[in-house]
Amino acid sequence: MNDQPSTSSFDGGIASAPLLDVRGLSLAFATADGELPVTRDVTFSVHPGERVGIVGESGCGKTVTGLAILRLLPQQSTRLTGEIRFEGQDLAKLPARRMREVRGRDIAMIFQEPMSALDPVFTVGEQISEAYRTHNRVSRREARERAIAALADVGIPAPARRYDEYPHQLSGGMRQRVMIAMALICEPKLLIADEPTTALDVTIQAQIIDLLRALSERTGTALIFITHDLGVVAEICTRLITMYAGEVVEDAPVDPALIRPRHPYTSGLLRSLPGLAQRRAHLPSIPGRVPSPLAMPAGCRFRSRCPQAMDGCERPQPLLPVAPERVARCWRAPELTLPGAVS
Amino acid sequence: MGNTMTSERPRTAADSQPRTIVTAEGLTIHFPTRDSGETVKAIDGVDFAVRAGETFGVIGESGSGKTTLGRALVSLISPTNGRILHDGVDPAQLGRSAFRHHRRDYQIVFQDPNAALDPRMTILHSIMEPLEIAGEAAAVRRERAVEALARVGLAPETAKRYPHQLSGGQKQRVNIARVLTLRPKLIVCDEVVAALDVSIRGDILNLFADLQREFGLTYVFITHDISVVSHISDRIAVTYLGKFMELGPAEAVIERPLHPYTRALLSAEPVPLPSSMRTERRIMLEGEIPSPISPPSGCRFRTRCPSVQPRCAEEEPAWRELQADHWVACHFATPAGPPPPNPRRTDELAQQQAG
Repeated sequence: MNDQPSTSSFDGGIASAPLLDVRGLSLAFATADGELPVTRDVTFSVHPGERVGIVGESGCGKTVTGLAILRLLPQQSTRLTGEIRFEGQDLAKLPARRMREVRGRDIAMIFQEPMSALDPVFTVGEQISEAYRTHNRVSRREARERAIAALADVGIPAPARRYDEYPHQLSGGMRQRVMIAMALICEPKLLIADEPTTALDVTIQAQIIDLLRALSERTGTALIFITHDLGVVAEICTRLITMYAGEVVEDAPVDPALIRPRHPYTSGLLRSLPGLAQRRAHLPSIPGRVPSPLAMPAGCRFRSRCPQAMDGCERPQPLLPVAPERVARCWRAPELTLPGAVS
Repeated sequence: MGNTMTSERPRTAADSQPRTIVTAEGLTIHFPTRDSGETVKAIDGVDFAVRAGETFGVIGESGSGKTTLGRALVSLISPTNGRILHDGVDPAQLGRSAFRHHRRDYQIVFQDPNAALDPRMTILHSIMEPLEIAGEAAAVRRERAVEALARVGLAPETAKRYPHQLSGGQKQRVNIARVLTLRPKLIVCDEVVAALDVSIRGDILNLFADLQREFGLTYVFITHDISVVSHISDRIAVTYLGKFMELGPAEAVIERPLHPYTRALLSAEPVPLPSSMRTERRIMLEGEIPSPISPPSGCRFRTRCPSVQPRCAEEEPAWRELQADHWVACHFATPAGPPPPNPRRTDELAQQQAG
């Protein structure tokens, strides 16, 4: 399917070997009422320098996928099948001690609420230094210098002074910058950002988006950006992955996906955005709700809400190639012309 | 300002004499801080009038005072200075029982769908509760509640359910049904779709629009989401640190903003368009919103304003009507738009202002 020259502008180029290769990742949580399946057969890859946005409604499995890559889900109560290949080695099978080396050094993660990841009793500088010293044998003084440089890198004014401040002394936007500084100080190859701008004001969000994009472009750090906001994906990502009810339903370069989505769910998400509709016109919406994980229908999981559903959708739906570098989990994708952001 | 209606511009017949549902006159709301003896200037002198049947959008970032404003409009917070008039009546001057009867006309729906729902009450009971407080007879309560339930698009069997059995979107419909039973004149909607998934936001916004048409409701729609406010509003007020920066017809404010803050806010909104269709360059605002305890002198936006001039620190900008029905608080805005960025805005200038 890849016989045309790639027109993508990925910094790493599509021809390189993937940095991260998630294959058939299924996750289930043990609960008092039995096993709760949360994702099924999640397959995607991230190339060096690529910025991949994962979108979907709450409960679609995007956050747990991010946590699973870093093996941050509780081991006792999580059943994980499939592979998480990072630079060739399967993280799913890595011993805990080796995983700790990968975490922070090769792959880092930032979250929506920075306060949940910052310790209130240590200064932000100490916490960043510690992150650096965990993976690098350096003196305290050198770590301090690195941390101050990292704070300057993420645009914190007077970084040497900020080093000695505690998290509660910083605003939400500044805390998120501190988190980014901490995540990037070991120059990871992959940063997983889970809704990092959702709690921020729009003018601060714009600053953080520009910062993440600039840092990724400069250092070549690949990015997985988990969000519900397609606007944010459009501004920062090179590829868009749509998840629905625990499955990847579409995976495509961002611009083509926005112009012509190939899965009805991606199309529905785009069309329900008020910013794209005629002012005061009735907004298109996606009727119904995500099915419960305990009553997941066979075949297409979106079909009860899908305006394009018909006989045949109850059959199993694999991810099908629909265009160069594009897959969609919809057997009707080749014949459908779905409205996108521009129609 | 409060007397915007008296200017002699040509108007269409429909809005020649618009009745006002709520008027804010010199509205000021200050809160003492808990331990430092300082004052948070949440709202610091705002004048406007909400017209019957319109959707009055209020947009602002955190700390702008928009939530305080919404609560004051329905008498949940008393003004420190200035006053609120409901249809010409000052609710603060009413006696207790008159006030209780009066306030049912002025209702509010909150961001958190759970905020107003008692987890131990059935949905029907929750919807009937405001009518009970208003002193309606039992038969009327039930009839109106069942009617409202259907009107907001919930199945009759929902009546017997409890809040935890409903989705966020369904709960927000219940909250809308609750205020609808009172047949209010005004509903303040405070971030009512912010907690909902994108796929159901549209449904709830559609419902608000339908109810407005059907019952002639007036809304004050408070949100941080530009796409929501521009979609639903007739007029939009842009708030910053307890002041209005701009107020005008929604289309004009969105398409042809007059204030540098509005222009920057609009350009910061991420748009889900492919790169080839992005034309506008983002105007990056530096820094963060200052504290409402000690807002900057003169124009409150000046510490972040790309067009700042020395005068901005010295003098508070007047509230001027630069286009028909389109008001702005900026010394240098013209009917053509906001002032151009100031090339001489050096670090020195910025520092001098911060100090």
